[in-house]
Amino acid sequence: MIRIKVGTATCGNAAGAQKVFDKFKELSLNDKDISLEETGCIGMCYVEPIAEVAVSGEKYLYGPVDEKVAELIFQDHVKGGKPVEKYILSSTSNEYKFNKQKRIVLRNTGVIDPEKIDDYLARDGYNGLKKALAKKPEEVIQIVLDSGLRGRGGAGFPTGMKWKFANSSKNDKKYVICNADEGDPGAFMDRSVLEGDPHSVLEGMLICGYAIGANEGYVYCRAEYPLAIKRLIDAIKQAKERNLIGDNILGSNFSFDIHIKEGAGAFVCGEETALMASVEGKRGMPRLRPPFPAVSGLWTKPTNINNVETFACVGYILSNGAESFNKYGTEKSKGTKVFALAGKINNGGLVEVEMGIPLREVIYDIGGGIKDGKKFKAVQMGGPSGGCIPEHLLDTKVDYESLMATGAIVGSGGMVVLDEDSCMVDVARYFLNFTQNESCGKCAFCRIGTKRMLEILNKICDGKGEESDIADLMDLAAKIKNSSLCALGQTAPNPVLTTLKYFEDEYVAHIKDKKCPAGVCTALINFTINDKCIGCQLCKKVCPVAAAISGSAKVKHQIDQDVCIKCGACYKACKISAIDKK
Amino acid sequence: MIILINLLNMDKIMDNDKNKIKSIIDEYSGSKGALIPILQKTQATFGYLSEESMTIIAEALNISSSDVYGVATFFAQFRFTPVGKYVIRVCHGTACHVGGVKILDAMLKSKIGIKNGETTKDGLFTIQEVACLGCCSLAPVVMINDTTYGKLTNEKLGKIIDTYVQAEKEGKTL
Repeated sequence: MIRIKVGTATCGNAAGAQKVFDKFKELSLNDKDISLEETGCIGMCYVEPIAEVAVSGEKYLYGPVDEKVAELIFQDHVKGGKPVEKYILSSTSNEYKFNKQKRIVLRNTGVIDPEKIDDYLARDGYNGLKKALAKKPEEVIQIVLDSGLRGRGGAGFPTGMKWKFANSSKNDKKYVICNADEGDPGAFMDRSVLEGDPHSVLEGMLICGYAIGANEGYVYCRAEYPLAIKRLIDAIKQAKERNLIGDNILGSNFSFDIHIKEGAGAFVCGEETALMASVEGKRGMPRLRPPFPAVSGLWTKPTNINNVETFACVGYILSNGAESFNKYGTEKSKGTKVFALAGKINNGGLVEVEMGIPLREVIYDIGGGIKDGKKFKAVQMGGPSGGCIPEHLLDTKVDYESLMATGAIVGSGGMVVLDEDSCMVDVARYFLNFTQNESCGKCAFCRIGTKRMLEILNKICDGKGEESDIADLMDLAAKIKNSSLCALGQTAPNPVLTTLKYFEDEYVAHIKDKKCPAGVCTALINFTINDKCIGCQLCKKVCPVAAAISGSAKVKHQIDQDVCIKCGACYKACKISAIDKK
Repeated sequence: MIILINLLNMDKIMDNDKNKIKSIIDEYSGSKGALIPILQKTQATFGYLSEESMTIIAEALNISSSDVYGVATFFAQFRFTPVGKYVIRVCHGTACHVGGVKILDAMLKSKIGIKNGETTKDGLFTIQEVACLGCCSLAPVVMINDTTYGKLTNEKLGKIIDTYVQAEKEGKTL
């Protein structure tokens, strides 16, 4: 039997994986010796679409595969037995070697067919649940405590502790919520886990339900993730058929049901009290804590909320013991963490590393360094709540405490690499624009303060900055941090604070010299045509705005500054340096 | 004159549509926190939430229509005007931002002649800026209805838009 797998997660599909899958399907039609399957994200997004061919135990990973390459692989390898060297990414007789990676959360993602529960069961799936059901709830909580697992959604609160609080709340009704409202721009770990291994999340929720004494759970998933929702619905249905969800699970006294709630697009709903308000059908606004959800949560019942990645660890921990997890990591940050590597990096994708690995190793050894041989400038971690870490801190260890000391955070795991062409003031403005948009409006400092900060940043980027602006930004930042109810406001100034801390010179260049050193802020750059122009019309041809460049053939052209969108296409296209960028 | 205004009032809901909304509400009867799923399904059916549809929902759930409107306007997903045949969702996530989506966005807007949230006169395209589509390694990314396009350049996106326009001319739907 020859197995062909195609990675058809959202990112794979965007790169054309569905067409590749259809091609293999067409080629292998009526061939009983070939099994064609879909799988999740294998993590190597930079070489999507990816296909795997397994012949008698030997596996070959191919990428990037388009329809033509698929045909080639099919003829030469599947039919002819000769692997197509040119497109091989990795091959092995057993498991692939992921350079410096350790896969716990992603143990099945990109390996199993997420739509088949048997694939999950064959890889130790629901074994953690079986072991948990044979123990007392308190013993289960102790194992999670011993594992050292901390919340992977961003705050890093010890998971076992959270469960303990919910367990000790006495009530006839309790809830478990899985926070799958992955809202940080630049983060896609949770989507990949939900799309590639939905049962691991459900298993974690079931174990949590048993441990805290709940019998109902919700997965609160972004509506922007239609494939994740579809896979979850299928997974729940299959688990119900096997009595893994429902009444008297596996013959025990434990009953548990799981529903899906689609989020409707509000970043603040990643905050637990706002999330619960949204599940209840209200505006998703946070409320004061205490009471904490463990005491009074969803519909005022004790509720435990964990993030997707946290739940995905739980089944593994229960199945293999606390030591299997806490043997990795640092003293206070145990286990592994998944990061979404993106931005100006060669090997963008999903990576899972041991906590405590230096940032440099993640970016250079795993990520393959900076794209197009450019110079590294910073890595943005933790999204709108996080910060930018500069080059001299690249040896910082990736754990909760070390990253916090730099002003950034582990956050949910987005890691966006910025190179010399990125403007740090623009990056800070980008995040402020985001948080300002997403502020729910409850707290005055978050609502109005972020707006004032954004106005100042806009002014600086437009070349109208004044010397007092930096002090004003610092002042507003401190006040917003101190006077906001939830983490959105408390952390909103972080991108500005860290860029000010490490890249103040760029702010000064914008304010004093009216220059954007990276050439990003469009108000501070102009493209003009000089006398070298021979009127070849190449710039006119590449210009995306029809009216921006005028001039007939063989006559010097002109750029209309009012219409020009400063995309630089003409600058790049001109072969005789007749276009100046100032 | 009044009759004319009524004829022009595109929001006016037909009995058939009323029944559709009622059957959506019935689906969720008895389930807690049903308002948002009902709004989502109503929007999925009609493409947007009209004033009338929100009033019907408010009456059926026995809450005020301002409560319904308050919830609907809180979340980015809900729209209150009809959308074009193709909704172009332009990703403004971090990776897309540093990957140059601003320029791509400016090109797109100038090409089809509308701003964020607007619909072209022929009803073909609506542009919607979104925070992050989660395909960061393929930045910059644009989603047209359910199809995601990655690693875009001005040229690539321009050609993609052209294929949609061409398909429409040939009476096809992509």
